[in-house]
Formats: sequence, structure tokens, C-alpha cells
Amino acid sequence: MTSVAFLAVFIWAFIGYYSARARALYLVGGVVRDLNSLPRYYGFFVALCILLPGFLFFFLWKSLSSFFLEKRILFFFSDRISDFSSLEVNAFLRNVPGFSDRIQSAGRGPISEKTDLLFDASVLYAHDQWLCNIALVFLTFLVCFLCFMRALHLVTPCMRARARVESFIWWVLACSSAVAVLTSIGILMSLLVQAFRFFSIVPVHEFLFGLHWSPQLSMRPDQFAGSGTFGAVPLFVGTALITVIAMCIATPIGLMSAIYLSDYASLGFRAWAKPVLEILSGIPTVVYGFFAALTVAPLIRYYGELLGLGVAAESALAAGLVMGIMIIPFVSSLSDDVICAVPQSLRDGSAALGATKTETVIKVILPAAFSGIVNALLLAVGRAVGETMIVVMAAGLAPNLTLNPLDVVTTVTVQIMALLSGDQEFDNPGTLAAFALSLVLFFVTFILNLTALRVVRKYRERYD
Amino acid sequence: MTDTQKCKEYFPDATGGASGCAVKLHGRDVNVFYDDKQVLFDVNLAIGEKMVTALIGPSGCGKSTFLRCFNRMNETISSCRVAGRVELDGFNVRDIDVVELRARVGMVFQKPNPFPKSIYENVAYGPRIHGLAGTSAELDDIVTSSLERAGLLEEVHNRMNELGTGLSGGQQQRLCIARAIAVNPEVILMDEPCSALDPIATARIEELIDDLCQNYTIVIVTHSMQQAARVSQRTVFFNLGKLVEEGDTTQIFTNPHDKQTQDYITGRFG
Ligand SMILES: Nc1ncnc2c1ncn2[C@@H]1O[C@H](COP(=O)(O)OP(=O)(O)O)[C@@H](O)[C@H]1O
Ligand SMILES: [Mg+2]
Repeated sequence: MTSVAFLAVFIWAFIGYYSARARALYLVGGVVRDLNSLPRYYGFFVALCILLPGFLFFFLWKSLSSFFLEKRILFFFSDRISDFSSLEVNAFLRNVPGFSDRIQSAGRGPISEKTDLLFDASVLYAHDQWLCNIALVFLTFLVCFLCFMRALHLVTPCMRARARVESFIWWVLACSSAVAVLTSIGILMSLLVQAFRFFSIVPVHEFLFGLHWSPQLSMRPDQFAGSGTFGAVPLFVGTALITVIAMCIATPIGLMSAIYLSDYASLGFRAWAKPVLEILSGIPTVVYGFFAALTVAPLIRYYGELLGLGVAAESALAAGLVMGIMIIPFVSSLSDDVICAVPQSLRDGSAALGATKTETVIKVILPAAFSGIVNALLLAVGRAVGETMIVVMAAGLAPNLTLNPLDVVTTVTVQIMALLSGDQEFDNPGTLAAFALSLVLFFVTFILNLTALRVVRKYRERYD
Repeated sequence: MTDTQKCKEYFPDATGGASGCAVKLHGRDVNVFYDDKQVLFDVNLAIGEKMVTALIGPSGCGKSTFLRCFNRMNETISSCRVAGRVELDGFNVRDIDVVELRARVGMVFQKPNPFPKSIYENVAYGPRIHGLAGTSAELDDIVTSSLERAGLLEEVHNRMNELGTGLSGGQQQRLCIARAIAVNPEVILMDEPCSALDPIATARIEELIDDLCQNYTIVIVTHSMQQAARVSQRTVFFNLGKLVEEGDTTQIFTNPHDKQTQDYITGRFG
């Protein structure tokens, strides 16, 4: 039934498009030049005039009718549910639609024997819903028809149909970007609210500068938010340590492979190596994670012991190494783009002065691509900071405050995950701490991206 | 050792300044291919020392390609293959180390292409690469004198640390000439150096070319007949990858022997 109404809107829009086109042409006797806009714009205009009100009506009716259906059930059975608590009433209302579906699909046969409340309500509901849907189809049809008549009436040779369609498209695009921006703001707001709740329990300075992190302790009632329990410094240090290790791997290798691809490799090699690199950056990080945990960590442990070093089974080094490997394609693909964007004329100019390829790369191309490369590296740091799975699998959960890459460390993201993955009360400080950590993470990535943006903007005009 | 041949031998029709000079560059049976497409056919051309030779012809006839044979810039294009012999002072350029060759044969491009570095660094780039300056004072000297000879010093002497890309188009092109001069070349190849410039900037470059030919052998590709007539002593006309006619500039423009040349310079071409 509903789909019929849906279809009706489309069919009317379709009819509207062709009628408007035909009418526009008819009004000027087929001379397109006399029209303000091309005939198809009149078509689009009328189609939009039908689609928008049609769907608006459709969705309004749908939401309003379900509201009134509930009200009607409550009213009709008010004597039988008078002793229900509000929770019970809600549960009852939630169950009615599903139950009525089941009755309908089971057929009408065995129904009459049952007389309990849910059943009666469902029968009523099904009946009302049926009426509503019939009405929906007719009314949608009517609305579309009225819109069609009205819009078609507006079609005159001097109507500025193209401008109207353009402004409609402007609105659609503006609304989409508003959705994107508003969602981000909404997320940030909810983060802020929860983080403030956390900071009303644990002081900010204790969270930012405390050296001891053990959220589990606070779950015991007698140790509620004990002092030093939520000091996040070990997490920050752990994150920084792993990120630094990762960047130490990814920066040189990524950059050098980008230089190779853009300036040294043959066209044929480049043609398939570049897509392969881009595919590599699409491998899910869990895959890298078990590679880290099952292959790299034991290897490091083995060689560490050969050298007489005490290496934990899971180590910052293993996580950092694998994370570095993970972001190599990211770095190299982004830097390859900016290196290739350096104009060929600069390469020619340098070569014509007798510079070798390497001299050209070091003295002309890298400086010219500098801002883009910094941008790529900052984005890569952002990814490393936000990465979770590899660390969970390879670096562990122990919040040690250490700079030793062979130790177990943990990171901000891993702790967020650990804090939220249990079944805990929502206003437990342990759970709220996750929001505070997320807030920190948000600001760090935000500042990284902002810097990246500014670096790019500052140096963009250096060559055209 | 320099293999000098009297230009009478190569320029039998030479008059005035062109006679009595040595051959600097020599292309013998030059054939050039991009992949399988041949764009130059058996080009033979001798270019005299310390004079300006203009290469003219309709676009796509292979002037730039021919010019790039002299400093082996065609090698930077992977699809390009050069057959035949190209000589600098009688030596095959293929036997000269490419770094040395390009230090001796400088090039100025159609579109000014200063590096996104300071004016000073742009000019110092070549000398640094070739280790021409022992001390920073020497480097300063080279930079100032190159800018001076390129006629740019006056305009930039108090902003040597500003970006070279911030100059005007004509200044950028003179900066590129200064950059080429700084490595002390013997030959300067110019590929339509004025085609991106306004008439005033063009006039300045033309004056500059007049000055420079005292010390350098200059080969200039140009699509402007007036420019060829103004700046060059010798003119070479190319068409469809073949060298059609060469001769003294005055002779080419007043009394061309070939019908195609005549059509081209009188604008009745194609
Ligand atoms: N990189 C290249 N790859 C393939 N063909 C080229 C390339 N450069 C030039 N050509 C071809 O070679 C011919 C001569 O080009 P060019 O030397 O640039 O001519 P001109 O400088 O006289 O206008 C043209 O037909 C052009 O299409
Ligand atoms: Mg050209």
C-alpha cells in the first residue's frame, strides 16, 4: 500500500516533466528561442514541484498517523491499561504493530478465539492502519495532482525555469553540507557534555597531568574516583611513542617510494604500482593487527632475547613497526600526488642546467613540494594517533609510563575501547573517562588537520 | 682541443659578420623519432660561433626538437630517439658527459620557469651544482655579474631574497637567462623565449640577445619573423621536419631562394 503511494509520486513527477516540456513548447509554437529557458528546465521545475510536496506529505502522514494510531489505542483501551506503569504502557505500544503484522500474515482464521488485550489492540491497530494507508494513497495522489495542475499553470514562456531549478539545486547542496557540518558539531557537543560530567568528578589537571591510570579501581564503591586513578599521561606517552615509531618507519620509506614512483620509475611500472599502493592502504587494520601480534611481536621478542634484552610479549615496537607499515602507502600515495604536481618545467629547467636527477629532486622538487609533503605527514600522524586495532593486538592494555619501545604500552584509543566495551553504568566515571579521552583525541587530530591546512595554504601560491 | 673549420666552407653565402668565424654546433644527418613517428628528416646544419642563429618555421615542424638535440634534453623524453651526429666544437655530444655538456650549452625555455626559490638562489643554483664558486664571496660575484649581464641587477639588487616566482613575466625570463649565464656556458639555446611576454619585455630580451652574442653562441627558436630579422645574423627555415633553407638573415628575408620560405615569410603559408 505504502509503496503504491510512493510510486504515485514518481509517476506524477514523470508525467509532470513531459507535460511541462510539451506545454512550454506548445505555448511558443515550437520555437525554443522564444522560451526563457530550455524546455527540459520547465520539465524539471514541474517535476520538482510534484516530488517535494508529494514526499513531504507522504512522510508527514506516515509519522502523524502512527502517532494518532497510538493515541487511539490508548484511548480505546484506557480502562484496561489504567493500572499499567508508564514503562509497561510503552512496552505494550511497542508490541502492538509487530503483533498485528503477525496476525495478518497468519491469516484471519484462528484469531477469534483469543481475547487478550494485545490481541484486541492489534486487531484495532491493523484495521486503523489499513484505513490510514488507503487514505494515504488517495491523498498523496490528490496532493500530487493539485501540485501538478498548479505548477503546470505556472509554466509560461517568460518564466525563469532555469534559475528556479538552479536555486533549488543550491538548496539541496547547501542542506547536504549543513547536515555534514551539523553532525560534526552535534558529536562534538555530546562529547563536551559527557566530558564535563567526567571533569566534575575528576579534576581536569588530575586527568591531564596525572601519572597513574587505572580506571578499574574506581569500580569498587569504596575507591570511587580515588586520587591518581585517572591520570592520562601514560596513555598520551604511549600514543606518542607508538606514533613516533610508526612515523620513523613510514616517513622515509613512504617518501622515498613516492620519489621513486614519480621521478625514477618507468611509466609502465608506475601505472600498476600506484594503484597497488592505493589498494594496500585499503587493507583493514585488523589484518595488520594480527600480523603484528602473530608475526612481528614474536620476532622482536626472539631477536631481543638473542641480544639479551628483556622484551615483553607485546611491545610498543611491534605495534609501531606494523603501524608504520600500514601508513606507508598513505604517505607515499599522498606525497606522490604532490611531487607529481610540481611542474615538469621545473624539472626541465634544472636538468638543462646540468643537474642530475638526484640533485633536481633534492634541490628543486622536494622544496617545491614541501608543503604538500608536510601535509601528507600530518595526516599520517593523525591516522597513527587514531589507530586502535593494531595497538590492541600488538601493544597490549597495560598503561605503563615508559619510553622503552620494548615495553607494553597502551594508547588513548585502546583505552577508550576498553572503557566502553564492558557492561557498565553510563554515569560511571570509568565510562565518562572515555568521553574525556575522545575529547583530547578530537582536539589533537583537529589541531593536526588545521596545521596541515594552514601549511598548504601558506605555500600554495609558490608556483602556478 | 677545438676542431675549428672556417665558416666559408659551411656558409658559402655568408656576408659581413658571419664570415670568418668558427663552427660551434653542427648537426649531421639528424633524424629524430617520437616512438615510430619521425619528426626530423636528415637535418644538416652548422651554427657559427658567437652569432645569433634563428630557427623559424610553422609550429610542429620540429624546431624545438632540433634545438633539444644540442643539449641532449631529448633524452628526458622517454619516447624520443635521436639518430645522426650532433657536434659541439667537433665532438659528438653523446661522448661528452651530459652534466658538462649542459653546463656548456645552456637553455632558456618558452615559459619562464624560475625555481620557487629566492632570486639569489635561482642564479646560484647552477654554480652550486657545478662547484664553480669556492667561497660565498665568489658565489656572490657570480650571481651579481650574471644578473648584471642579464640586465636584471638594477631591478632586483635590493630584493635578492624575494621569491623569483614573484617577478613579472619578463623579469622571470631574464632571471632564467641569468641562471643559464651563471654556469658560464658557451652556447645558449632559446626556445621561443618571448612568446609568453608583452612587447616591452620582448624588446628588453631582444636587446639583451644583441649584447649576449658578443660572448655567447645563441640559437633562438622564434615564431615571430620580425624578431628573427631583428636579432639574428643567420636564419634557418624548417618545414615539416625538413630543413628547407638557411642563409644570412637579410638574404632569407629579402631574397629567399626557396618558394616555401618565400611563402612563409610573406605570410602566405598553408
Ligand atoms: N614529447 C613528445 N612526444 C611525441 N611527439 C612529440 C613530442 N614533442 C613533440 N612531438 C611532435 O614532434 C613534432 C615537432 O614538435 P616540436 O619540435 O615541438 O615543434 P615546434 O617546436 O617546431 O613547434 C610535432 O609534430 C609534435 O607533435
Ligand atoms: Mg616549439
